[in-house]
Amino acid sequence: MRLRLLALYPEQMNIYADRGNILFLQRRCQWRNIGFDHAAAGPGEGFDPAAHDLVYIGGGQDRDQRLVADDMLRSKRDALAAGIDDAAVVLAVCGGYQLLGHSYQLGDERIPGLGLVDLETVREPGPRLIGNVAIEAELGNGPLRIAGFENHGGRTYLGDETQPLGRVIRGHGNNGRDGFEGVRRLNLFGTYLHGPLLPKNARLADRLIQLALARRAGAEPELAPLDDTLEASAHENARAAAMRG
Amino acid sequence: MSAPGATGAGFRAKLALARATGSLSRRSGRGGGTTLPGRLLLRLAPDAVARLAVDLTGGSTIVSATNGKTTTAGMIAAALRTVGRDPVHNRAGSNMSWGVATALLEQRGREGLFEVDEAWLPRMVAELAPRLVVLANLFRDQLDRYGELERLADDWAALVSERAGSTGFVLNADDPLVADLGRDRELRRREGVTYFGIEDPEQALPELQHAHDAKHCRRCGSPYTYHRAFVGHLGHYECPNCDADRPAPDVAATAIELRGMDGSRARVRTREGEATLELPLPGLYNVYNALAALAAALRLGIGLEHAVGALAKVEAAFGRVETIAVEGVSVSILLIKNPAGANEVLRTLRLEATRGSADAGDGIDLLIALNDGIADGRDISWIWDADFELIAGYVRRILCAGTRAPEMALRLKYAGLAPESIEVEPSIERGLDRAVAEAESRLFALPTYTALLELRTLLASRGLAAEFWR
Repeated sequence: MRLRLLALYPEQMNIYADRGNILFLQRRCQWRNIGFDHAAAGPGEGFDPAAHDLVYIGGGQDRDQRLVADDMLRSKRDALAAGIDDAAVVLAVCGGYQLLGHSYQLGDERIPGLGLVDLETVREPGPRLIGNVAIEAELGNGPLRIAGFENHGGRTYLGDETQPLGRVIRGHGNNGRDGFEGVRRLNLFGTYLHGPLLPKNARLADRLIQLALARRAGAEPELAPLDDTLEASAHENARAAAMRG
Repeated sequence: MSAPGATGAGFRAKLALARATGSLSRRSGRGGGTTLPGRLLLRLAPDAVARLAVDLTGGSTIVSATNGKTTTAGMIAAALRTVGRDPVHNRAGSNMSWGVATALLEQRGREGLFEVDEAWLPRMVAELAPRLVVLANLFRDQLDRYGELERLADDWAALVSERAGSTGFVLNADDPLVADLGRDRELRRREGVTYFGIEDPEQALPELQHAHDAKHCRRCGSPYTYHRAFVGHLGHYECPNCDADRPAPDVAATAIELRGMDGSRARVRTREGEATLELPLPGLYNVYNALAALAAALRLGIGLEHAVGALAKVEAAFGRVETIAVEGVSVSILLIKNPAGANEVLRTLRLEATRGSADAGDGIDLLIALNDGIADGRDISWIWDADFELIAGYVRRILCAGTRAPEMALRLKYAGLAPESIEVEPSIERGLDRAVAEAESRLFALPTYTALLELRTLLASRGLAAEFWR
């Protein structure tokens, strides 16, 4: 088995240590003797949607995110759309998450997004939404607790038919109002839980690996268990930080 | 509103009240004496900094940067003292308005020397109207507190363009985010700008580090071409599109020899001649701090010889490389707070592990204390940007303490450290005791800022270290 990962704009979209997510996936595959391919696509570069099972896009600074929004529409949108329809796993974090929607607002300007999911990111009066977060999700293998840290000025609203990634237990989530966090469509996952989200949530990381491998294996493969003592206590501690507020 | 300056009975009464609070808070032994009087004073008189600064007839110097503020300001203070000038100085590193206010309230002097938090810089410059501002570097730091790096750089740019001519600037030529501020729209150097930088190609990193914070030209957005990098994104770069290249430094280190924890030796070239700098602080990052301090000292009228002599005797700033004996183990404390700074500490530790001390064969003993207080940055994502991989294979035992100890331990496992060498003990006191008991003869302690305060208070309560506000 091989996990074929594609990182989109790793040079531009990496503001909150996004590489931690990729390192986490890589090690957990290696320890199970699952092959791991790590490709990248930067500005102007297209990609073959059939050649990658897990696509990652992180968060960027305003200037970078703007450049990326524009470039992505031109060079990657169609490949990404085809990949999603063909069950590729996509994990889009923070700025990468905002880009998936119809548009997002930067200052007074509306910047067109990829339109891959029915959501919209706007600015509202009020402070940035910052802090530890705990959410509860369901990714097809039982209730899943996810813990992380959010830091976003934009407020994201999902369309009526659009499914969130989870429900907020503590923290702000998409907009601080409706109790939803992130988005999910097929195997596409968007979230404001930024940067090294997977190291705090080994079960989520393994679920993504499983879904990505299932794409070519035909069925979800069993993953060999690992000694997750440190992973479990890191998750518990991150969740406890969110519950303390 | 009354006239500026420390006149007026009302203002004097407020000063007296705030001062009394300071001595009370110190006598109670609970610490906080470095900020409480200033906080109170600013509540009573919000314009107190500007009013008190009027008495600094020799003017003020401000130092700001993501990394090295406290050390650089300490070096400038040492240089001033060698020529008999004793500045009003927030030496304990409390660098927001209340820290500056506390120093102004409690010290007397002709001139001021203040380290100022990056985000507070515009406001403090407006209030202090300094004669010299040292801007040393901008790295990604506590993004939950500061917003994003480029916004901070834009605020600094506005400040420099507004004050150039009336205020002097010392800028790091090797940091493109900082260097470009010293030039106008036509790329002409602004009046009163001095640049410092490293000119020794031998010190270059083998490759650009991940935590690389300046990829695009501030002017035109093209990716910079890097010929070499020394610390994070500090290095020799050019813009292939718009000529916003690295400016030539006026104060430069031309040949550097690093000697692990013992410090370094550097040949420096200045407009006033050349000299050899013997620096008792470790790492290339401290060479940068010394160059910034040297450039500032020259601008403040201190001769090259005096300045170099002062730097040779400089002591580590509070919590930045102190060594304290605990139960027969020498504990060296090195603050870590962001990826670029942590990487330099990790590089120094790796050098230390390979320098052939008696127990180098088994690797070094470490204590990392990771807290997520507001002053640390509540977001601990940055530990995944720091290259803990640098010490994999060089560590004998490592104990993780602090509020986010489990996450730190996990980071080390994924950096390639053996899980059986990693221990978790969230209590900093118990963690320290256990790490000391298990260390062979030397322990390196790497705390984040509030963990450092805890550690320091703990050592002081055992009579092993002076209390930090003294």
